[in-house]
Amino acid sequence: MKSAGLAHRAAERAARQSYGKLVAYLAARTGDVTAAEDALSDAFAAALASWPTRGIPQAPEAWLLTAARRRMIDTARRRRVREAASDRLLLSVEEAAEGMSSEDVPDWRLRLMFACAHPAIDAAMRGPLILQTVLGLDAAAIAAAFLTAPGAMSQRLVRAKRRIHDTGIPFRLPDRADLPARLDAVLEAIYAAFGAGWPGGFDARRQGLVEEALWLGHVVVGLLPEEPEGLGLLALMLYSGARRDARRSANGEYVPLSEQDPDLWDAPAIDEAERLLQRASSHGRIGRFQLEAAVQSVHAARRISGRTDWNAILELYDGLLELTGSPVVAVNRAVALSKTAGPQAGLAALEELATNPRLVAYQPYWAARADLLARLGRPAMASAAYARAILLEPDTSVRHFLERRCAQIRPNFA
Amino acid sequence: MQYMLAVYGDERATESMPREQMTEIINAYMAYTKALQDAKVLVGSNRLRPTSAATTVRTVDGQTKVLDGPFAETKEQLGGYYLIDVPDLDAALSWAKRCPAARYGTVEVRPIWVM
Repeated sequence: MKSAGLAHRAAERAARQSYGKLVAYLAARTGDVTAAEDALSDAFAAALASWPTRGIPQAPEAWLLTAARRRMIDTARRRRVREAASDRLLLSVEEAAEGMSSEDVPDWRLRLMFACAHPAIDAAMRGPLILQTVLGLDAAAIAAAFLTAPGAMSQRLVRAKRRIHDTGIPFRLPDRADLPARLDAVLEAIYAAFGAGWPGGFDARRQGLVEEALWLGHVVVGLLPEEPEGLGLLALMLYSGARRDARRSANGEYVPLSEQDPDLWDAPAIDEAERLLQRASSHGRIGRFQLEAAVQSVHAARRISGRTDWNAILELYDGLLELTGSPVVAVNRAVALSKTAGPQAGLAALEELATNPRLVAYQPYWAARADLLARLGRPAMASAAYARAILLEPDTSVRHFLERRCAQIRPNFA
Repeated sequence: MQYMLAVYGDERATESMPREQMTEIINAYMAYTKALQDAKVLVGSNRLRPTSAATTVRTVDGQTKVLDGPFAETKEQLGGYYLIDVPDLDAALSWAKRCPAARYGTVEVRPIWVM
């Protein structure tokens, strides 16, 4: 049963991979993502239905193109009647189909990702766009992950794709000078997809997104192996993903990192992350994702040393804060500070952030505050902060965890 | 693809500008225009007289009216444009970044709608 499931996953992955390659190839040649997707949609659905049982074909891209050909020609003919300029897609499809009996299409998925994460595209739409165009996820699945209404997500995706076409966003790798900043946008988008999949512990659709984001991370590292931040992001996602099974107790309760059993962590994934991070640091170009991965590496070291080096974590968060100025990082730094310098120092650092508008609705800020207040013997303020955190937490099991924590401080209060 | 680089800036700041600074800006625009010509991407360009010289025609309740003044009162006004022909948005943006207005004001990059 398990091997059948694995075979199914492998077939689905192969179908998505070939689909993404073909969409990238056709879109890069025509500048029209929608037309490329439209051309392949039926063929992709057929592949998803047939490959898991019949096996992955020898030349997957050629299989898809053959299946798509009729649709593409029909569409192109219909469009040719409407608008004179649409021969381009038909031509490029026929050319592509010609030369593709055995050889692979060029892998232009990274170009497609750069187009989707272009600064001219709304930052919030870059992750969803990449998931749809490169992986073929439907708007409903993406909407569920990003907590949006399916209709709204679908419309935004359509608009964003039209914008790629209408504004003339190119499908190529950015110039050397622009590459680091532009790659950051791609990595941010992938990380957003990873994050969107993360909290949905029991929602299979959202959980799947974690895998897809990891896979996109592998694609970026495979195509840009010399970019340390790509390596850093992949390492970061592997570290976090490695702890998935440890995040829930046997009866489904949320277990925070500090209480997780390191034996439940996925050791091979952590080992791979360590290797990636090492490779990244050999380039001597530090960045946000490498620093975040390094924090996770320190946490992961507990599986060997049995302890957490909070001084090292504090130092890494200092670096991250300097680099990003992010209030979310500042909250994590305050927590690390409370471990090295005591709860009073941690709380003081949190107080400094109290006026930041982004933290008013940020659950971890309130949970950290509540925890430190409880430690300092201020139960009334601690429960109030827990109440705030509980209100803000969408995940039921995390909410239950916070409620238990809150209940534990009650006795002191009475 | 053809793109219009629409140049926006604060007219009032320009009016009260010392002559030397004005000369400097004009020189910067001349050098920029020359660079566009040398790269063979310039299709056309013009500087506009300030919005104090603008007259607006608009139909209100079925009646076409001629109004004194600009389309809208804004903090920055359209002061001119460059029409350029380049391969893609990145090329257009890279020219827009080099436009003097990117330092003094705002440059809006809009693709031309090919009919």
